[in-house]
Amino acid sequence: MTELPMRERELLVGRSVARREDPRLLSGRGRFVDDIALPGMLHAQFVRSTVAHAELASVDVSAVREVPGVVAVFTAEDLELGDIVAQLGRPLSEFVPTAMPVLARDKVRYVGEPIAIVVARDAYAAEDGLEAAKVSYATLPPVVSEEAALADGAPLVHAEAAHNTLVDVSLFATDGIDQVFESAPCVVAVDATTGRQNALPLETRGAVAHWDDREEQLVLHTCTQIPHQVRTVTSRSLRLDERAVRVVVPDMGGGFGQKCVVGREEIAAAAAALRLRRPVKWIEDRKDALSASFLAREQHYRARAAFDAEGRILALDTDVVCDMGAYSCYPFSAGIEPLMASAEMPGVYKLPAYRVRGRAVTTNKAPTAPYRGVSRPQYVMVMERLFERAARELALDPVEIRRRNVITDFPYTGVNNITYDPGSYLESLNLCELLVREEGWYEKQAAAAAEGRHLGIGYSCFSERTGYGSAAFAQRKMKVVPGFDISEVRMDTSGAVSFTTGTMNHGQSHETTMAQIVADELGLDIAKVRLHQGDTDRITYGFGTFASRSITIGGSAVRLAAAKLGEKLCAIAAARWGITPDEVELGEGAARRRAAPDTPDIPNAPDLLTYEEIADIAYLQAHLLPKDIEPGLSATATFDVFNDGTFSNATHACVVELHAGTGQVEILRYVCVEDCGVAINPQVVEGQCRGGIAQGIAGALFEQVTYDAQGEPSATGFMDYKVPTAHEIPDVLIHHLETPCAFTETGAKGAGEGGTIGAPAAVLNAVNDALRPTGVELDHTPITPETVHRALNSTRNSALNRELSS
Amino acid sequence: MNTDPVVTHPQLQLITLDVNGEQHEVVTEPRRTLVDVLRHDLRLTGTHVGCEHGICGACTVLVDERPVRACLMFAAQAEGARIRTVESLSDDGGGGGGGAGGGELNDLQRAFSEHHALQCGFCTPGFLMLAEGFLAERPEATKEEIREVVASNLCRCTGYQTIVEAIDACATARRGACANPCDSSAGKEH
Ligand code: FES
Ligand code: FES
Repeated sequence: MTELPMRERELLVGRSVARREDPRLLSGRGRFVDDIALPGMLHAQFVRSTVAHAELASVDVSAVREVPGVVAVFTAEDLELGDIVAQLGRPLSEFVPTAMPVLARDKVRYVGEPIAIVVARDAYAAEDGLEAAKVSYATLPPVVSEEAALADGAPLVHAEAAHNTLVDVSLFATDGIDQVFESAPCVVAVDATTGRQNALPLETRGAVAHWDDREEQLVLHTCTQIPHQVRTVTSRSLRLDERAVRVVVPDMGGGFGQKCVVGREEIAAAAAALRLRRPVKWIEDRKDALSASFLAREQHYRARAAFDAEGRILALDTDVVCDMGAYSCYPFSAGIEPLMASAEMPGVYKLPAYRVRGRAVTTNKAPTAPYRGVSRPQYVMVMERLFERAARELALDPVEIRRRNVITDFPYTGVNNITYDPGSYLESLNLCELLVREEGWYEKQAAAAAEGRHLGIGYSCFSERTGYGSAAFAQRKMKVVPGFDISEVRMDTSGAVSFTTGTMNHGQSHETTMAQIVADELGLDIAKVRLHQGDTDRITYGFGTFASRSITIGGSAVRLAAAKLGEKLCAIAAARWGITPDEVELGEGAARRRAAPDTPDIPNAPDLLTYEEIADIAYLQAHLLPKDIEPGLSATATFDVFNDGTFSNATHACVVELHAGTGQVEILRYVCVEDCGVAINPQVVEGQCRGGIAQGIAGALFEQVTYDAQGEPSATGFMDYKVPTAHEIPDVLIHHLETPCAFTETGAKGAGEGGTIGAPAAVLNAVNDALRPTGVELDHTPITPETVHRALNSTRNSALNRELSS
Repeated sequence: MNTDPVVTHPQLQLITLDVNGEQHEVVTEPRRTLVDVLRHDLRLTGTHVGCEHGICGACTVLVDERPVRACLMFAAQAEGARIRTVESLSDDGGGGGGGAGGGELNDLQRAFSEHHALQCGFCTPGFLMLAEGFLAERPEATKEEIREVVASNLCRCTGYQTIVEAIDACATARRGACANPCDSSAGKEH
């Protein structure tokens, strides 16, 4: 039998296909949660705590009801809602669960904690109503720092959590590690801290809830990355069957992790809608979004590393304390940051011995949620600082010391029991350095130094675990184990396809990238393919979008489901032609007979059946189907990653100039060599990279929520919380490498978080490189102009001193 | 049955707004902001709210062709002015924009799409109106000037580079079209 050439198909995967979400978003026809208006809709605002730590002596809302326009006001007592409780399957010595009431009951634990919900005719009247609430507090001493939380005799944020410690795990401790430190030729240490940040999606959180009498369902429109988990908690809190809650997510203006936990306000809004049998809308204002919604990233590392004389790392010993604020978030719990740091800190380096203790402490600050990169921006920063410091001690080139330590043989199983799939750690490092060299930055640095200017070049190398399947999360002992994803692909009688994903787009272009996958798999015009997401009634189940799981896991499920549907299309066509399905091929919206010369002609049958014709048979002419083929055209598939996950990797380089007069850090150049396996849509990958780097730079140089001694947050508006603009964020040169992933259906690894992970370390190293003549080293982010100014002036002083004393 | 308390605000007022070339009569409280009237009373929800205090620029609209923060202006102050929102950009002028039932995107919108200058798209209407107003005033703007202007709005997703590139590409194409009036890629707004 002679092989006929397969029809050459123009594949969409791998191409920068134009985004399908763009026309509506560009013409103002996107539909975000605040765009939803229902007949008779009311508006909610929250009475929030003005103190950080107190017993609620009394909550008197009677005057609120008298305010013009106010329709109702509810306190915790009125609504009797179930608490939100995040769980880890760990012994009490390692994890203390705490309950987060939807509205504060007896105690408040942070400024901004919701105490009562005011519902009014419009948002203005609801705000008027807030002012009439009288809350009296019996104040307690607030705990506002990690040190204060751990101090002996510290006031307890939660009575059940001794030493204010919610998580205390020692995941790894290599035998003999102390001896390694004792005998190592070089031991370096860092004491590094990172500031509390706000993920800050430009669209604040919000919800519109109403009761649908016909469906006997509470319909909750809300901007969340995890619609099904919101449904679970909402139904439990309201004591409804889960089927009686439908969560619908419209377009979302970003999330970055802040919207991948269950918030209290959407549940309170739902409860109010249920009580009043009226639609209720709550849109968080920016003040609340900055100070009272979920924050992230405040961590403290005390880390030591031992090196041999050639600069090879021998051992790493770390103690990390994460300030999780007042409550454990659902579903991840307060374990999210310390467990991530503990499990993955060795990163891209071959590390023989490792000891780590990870703790989450609770304080009287707004609670934390995962934020793009979760702990990896911080531990990568710490690792990269250790390498830089060792390079200085051993007089090695900073790139060379990394070159000697990165993993090069794959698969590699680390001292942290993680098996890394193949990546381009060394290649990305070499290429990144080459790009920096080729642009002449080392010469420019030397020239600048000669002029007394302060130029610095910094690198960071990292990998990011992306395809967290059930196995990886089960290792963390999460009670809610996110991992698999389900997709359904359906063809209608016109031959058009709709398909679902359990992931939830909030800027990552799923409507385009996932449609590329389906269109390729079925050989169908992308215009005929449409994704549906974010509706718990339409999607069997899903864990939403976080940890860069959408394309790796969601996209794999999509591909499998499309392939199954393709098999059915082949089977129906084959039955029509009396041939076997493998003699049928799909493409260009039709099934064709892969006719070999010795195949007898089939009388009265065309050698091509369009999908429309096949769909016509499947739905409208079902009598033509053989018995073993069910009518209809739909297929469902699930996908999970059963090994330790997939690892995207990158090297970042940053060039900065420090301005002596102002202490300002100016980024002159940013280069990123990234490898996320097969890039489904390179333009989208670059977009994720650039956006991520901007957020990483924001953390490195600008953004921080600080608290005063009373637990009052500094950030209440964009005047106090400095979000970088086009002034501060540089253009980024991106180079792609491609190490296809063997564990996903598309060869893709995740790409959402890398930029944010790599940037703080690269920026901090660059600043330290520029500060080298001063002898000052910085291990804290954000790096403020004040610190830089002081460091630079210390040079002048010491230089002056040297001059004077010589 | 509507059991809402009747708001007898002494200062409710009737105002007339000219939005995207249409006259609208609105009964409103004096304290109601222009962005709230546009979004919630006129249902032109393309204009977004990111901060309500004049920093993020998500609410940017054109008032008499100049970019203005609609959260910092009371609707009553906009009486007598010509207001343009993102809904006016595509060529059907009424909130179209490609796909079923929509009009054609204008050259600036197309440039945003071609350069991947939007991700979640929440900031996008603000940037579009900012750029639309700016390029009308300064068609010869350099890339540096464009970056300067772009820095007045916040985007949390893109890292700004592609926004600057999109606006620059649109400006360059418009200038090319002016030099050669037969060029069909001409923007309609200059
Ligand atoms: S909403 Fe007007 S500037 Fe932010
Ligand atoms: S595209 Fe999301 S904020 Fe700009």
